[in-house]
Amino acid sequence: MRTSLFRGKRRWGLLIPAVLFSSLLFASCSGDPANIIDTAGPVANKEAGLFWFILGVATFIFVVVEAVLIYTIIRYRARPNSPEPRQLHGNNTIEIIWTVVPSIFLFAVLAGTIYTMFGLQQPPGNHLEVKAVGHQWWWEFDYPAQHLVTADTLYVPKGTVVQVDLVSNNVIHSFWIPALAGKTDVIPGHDNTRWFTADTAGTYVGECAEYCGTQHAHMQFNVVVYDSADQFNTWVSSQQKAAVTPSDPLAQQGLQIFKGAGGCQACHGIVGVNLNTSDDPKGQSLVGPNLTHFGSRSLIAGGVEAVSNGPGNGHSWANDPACQLVNGKLANKDNCGLYKWLQDPQGVKPGNDMIIGSLSDDKIYALIAYLQSLQ
Amino acid sequence: MATRTIVESPGVVRRKRLDETYIGEWLMTTDHKKIGLMYIITAFFFFLVGGVEALLIRTQLAVPNGKVLSPEVYNQIFTMHGTTMIFLFVMPMLTGFGNYIVPLMIGARDMAFPRLNAFGYWIVLFGGLFLNSSFLFNAAPNGGWFMYAPLSELTKGCGNAVMCTPGMNADFWLLGILLLGIASIASALNFVVTILKLRAPGMTLNRMPLFTWMTLVTSFLLLFALPSLTAASVLLLLDRHLGTHFYQFASGGDPLLWQHLFWSFGHPEVYILILPVFGMISEILPVFSRKPIFGYTFIAWSGVAIGFLSFTVWAHHMFAVGLPPIAQAFFATSTTLIAIPTAVKIFNWIATVWGGKVILNAPMLFALGFIAMFLIGGLNGAALAVVPFDYQVTDSYFVVAHLHYVLFGGSVFGIFAGIYYWFPKLTGRFLGDRLGQVQFWLMMVGVNLTFFPMHLLGLLGMPRRIYTYPANLGWNLDNLLATIGAFIIAASVLVFLWNLFVSLGNGQKAGNDPWDAFTLEWDTSSPPAHYNFLTIPTVRSRRPFYDKKNPDIADWKTVTH
Repeated sequence: MRTSLFRGKRRWGLLIPAVLFSSLLFASCSGDPANIIDTAGPVANKEAGLFWFILGVATFIFVVVEAVLIYTIIRYRARPNSPEPRQLHGNNTIEIIWTVVPSIFLFAVLAGTIYTMFGLQQPPGNHLEVKAVGHQWWWEFDYPAQHLVTADTLYVPKGTVVQVDLVSNNVIHSFWIPALAGKTDVIPGHDNTRWFTADTAGTYVGECAEYCGTQHAHMQFNVVVYDSADQFNTWVSSQQKAAVTPSDPLAQQGLQIFKGAGGCQACHGIVGVNLNTSDDPKGQSLVGPNLTHFGSRSLIAGGVEAVSNGPGNGHSWANDPACQLVNGKLANKDNCGLYKWLQDPQGVKPGNDMIIGSLSDDKIYALIAYLQSLQ
Repeated sequence: MATRTIVESPGVVRRKRLDETYIGEWLMTTDHKKIGLMYIITAFFFFLVGGVEALLIRTQLAVPNGKVLSPEVYNQIFTMHGTTMIFLFVMPMLTGFGNYIVPLMIGARDMAFPRLNAFGYWIVLFGGLFLNSSFLFNAAPNGGWFMYAPLSELTKGCGNAVMCTPGMNADFWLLGILLLGIASIASALNFVVTILKLRAPGMTLNRMPLFTWMTLVTSFLLLFALPSLTAASVLLLLDRHLGTHFYQFASGGDPLLWQHLFWSFGHPEVYILILPVFGMISEILPVFSRKPIFGYTFIAWSGVAIGFLSFTVWAHHMFAVGLPPIAQAFFATSTTLIAIPTAVKIFNWIATVWGGKVILNAPMLFALGFIAMFLIGGLNGAALAVVPFDYQVTDSYFVVAHLHYVLFGGSVFGIFAGIYYWFPKLTGRFLGDRLGQVQFWLMMVGVNLTFFPMHLLGLLGMPRRIYTYPANLGWNLDNLLATIGAFIIAASVLVFLWNLFVSLGNGQKAGNDPWDAFTLEWDTSSPPAHYNFLTIPTVRSRRPFYDKKNPDIADWKTVTH
């Protein structure tokens, strides 16, 4: 029954993936914004530290066991003059050794696990409190002490403990910022919180990590970490203001469309237009995100790709060159995410709540002008 | 003693009864071998269905912003891929092998309850067809194979923010799973009674083949784990249709109740999918190493230990739900404990090969490949028990990598080892060995190319169950590699189908005992007659057929057990 196909090459079947693995791992270590190893805060640091620990232990066991396996296969391969093997049924001493030895490895890992786990409790003292509300499918961020409401981007200052209260009134979501902290599920009726601190200013990718329906893929958010408390406070005070009534005629036209019969205000709130304050109870009943300072955001609709300005650059979508209005016309409407979104939200993100009649290009341009003015 | 003989008058040609026609023989059979074969064929058909679904998933994800599937269809496909592979492929496949092989291995003439056995098979077939019929209504289940509440019972697709019950997608899943659960309970009961009551004279529990041992443990797991899933599913049906609120927070229920009930079933289920494969490997390695299994007692008891411990680890699927740290520490510890008996098994398998005369044919390659791949699935599984690291990688592609190393590198490699090993018993012919080796190496490359990059995707922050992804997150290369790997796996399955086609018609004749094997199923014709054995053999050791062929150095003369 013996055939000699691939004789002696079995080792390559194992070595190649191992080499592939290590090279890919190191090739992909830096620069990717959702990386869990390239961390930017103490919580993710500790979690990544355990990764390197377990990777070391697992690699050691992998190499030893696979090497013994391959050696055994090659060494004891049937040859024409192989003797009949000894009919050995077992050996209790060896059994005890190889029960105890892996146990030592495993319990070392377990000790590190439990030690780190209890070390990840939120430190006492001052913290910035943010309420993250998981909608299907976008994130709303409420700052109760600052009386402001925003969506799709979480703004925090560097070096501050941020406590995120996780709220859902629909299905289960999971709040995840890979570079800053692991996941915590957002479960209706459960008061889960997640804390993190960012050590480096920048923009980080956040995601929903629990399957939550049709558009689970498009429930991303950005985390913008400001370098100083001053910058953060500036942002807070700008967000606390009501929306300014635009002077540009095109933008004024957009405002009228927003307020018009069957218009956007049935689902969206703007402080100063259809809401008195960000705490206005009317805002709670609106289905869509609060748009008061929409022009300052970089993501739309849970970061749906076509309208994203890309994480990591910190720009607002309003600075997107394709979305600039020149003489009332879009510079490049095919590349302007907001244009595509307003023209066909169900085409860009099938299944989402924004079901609108078709808008003419002129109306879309007016809305873009108005929304851009909401800095 | 008077005897009476019924003599039909020669002039009358009696019409064949239905069970005497070829089709009727299969439709009405209660023979464990025919039922086993039907299970195996059905399961393999669903393996192909689930495989096509996997290819659709990988095609959609090959490049960023894929447009092959709509989000709704993608969600249905990934739900049905998981459901099909678990409930309609691996479980029926292992039940099929158990059905065919276990009674032969223990020297029985059939299963204890032959008609219950047939009932179980037909329920599996029609349950599977029922589940898949949902595609005809454009309503395939779309809640994931884990069907979490409240996503599976509340939707806001009814306008404004009012929540209501979503379409019938989840009903197909729940009713299908309830049906399959009935079949699993029936077959599990049947295995327990068969194995405990119908063993040949002399075959003590301590002499039982390890595949039989693992089938016994698996059957107990099914009996104790399935009720939890059944209860959870019924409660969900009540919530959906009769206005109860078991999983709805707004009315005093709790979404986490579903998760606890589901994973109380779900984790033993993982071992239901792998323990019988452990048993197969423990049969195949000794035969092709020409040695007895090393550490029989330790392999058997580690299987039992895994069975018990599997009921204590369920919440390691729920580390991110916000359990108290002390509960998380408990589940991290139990998960660490369950790794120990698993490691013991791997060492014993390698020790079985050590010092042997290793025959590297297709069944042995798949068995050795199983060890090599399952080890990876064990190691990245142990990593997932590291709770703070798990916060990062749970629900990411790292978990997808882990579970596929266990279920593909583990279960599927083991199942192919079993197919190549027992095919001669089932058909009287060999499956082509050379094609088998081509299939093995293709599959080995394909599996690693598909699932290894998924570890990296997890580390790069790619969540599971997303139907598309943007181009700027560094996920493009690994996804493309995984898709190429998936098509290599598909090619290896095509090689197998070709091998099957060729071998069924023209395969080399195998005879009764082609591998010079050790256990009783080889001590009868291939395929065995309806009654299995002319005379029931008497067993004096763990390798009864070896004893019979080597009377001078029989195990019962040299070792006591």
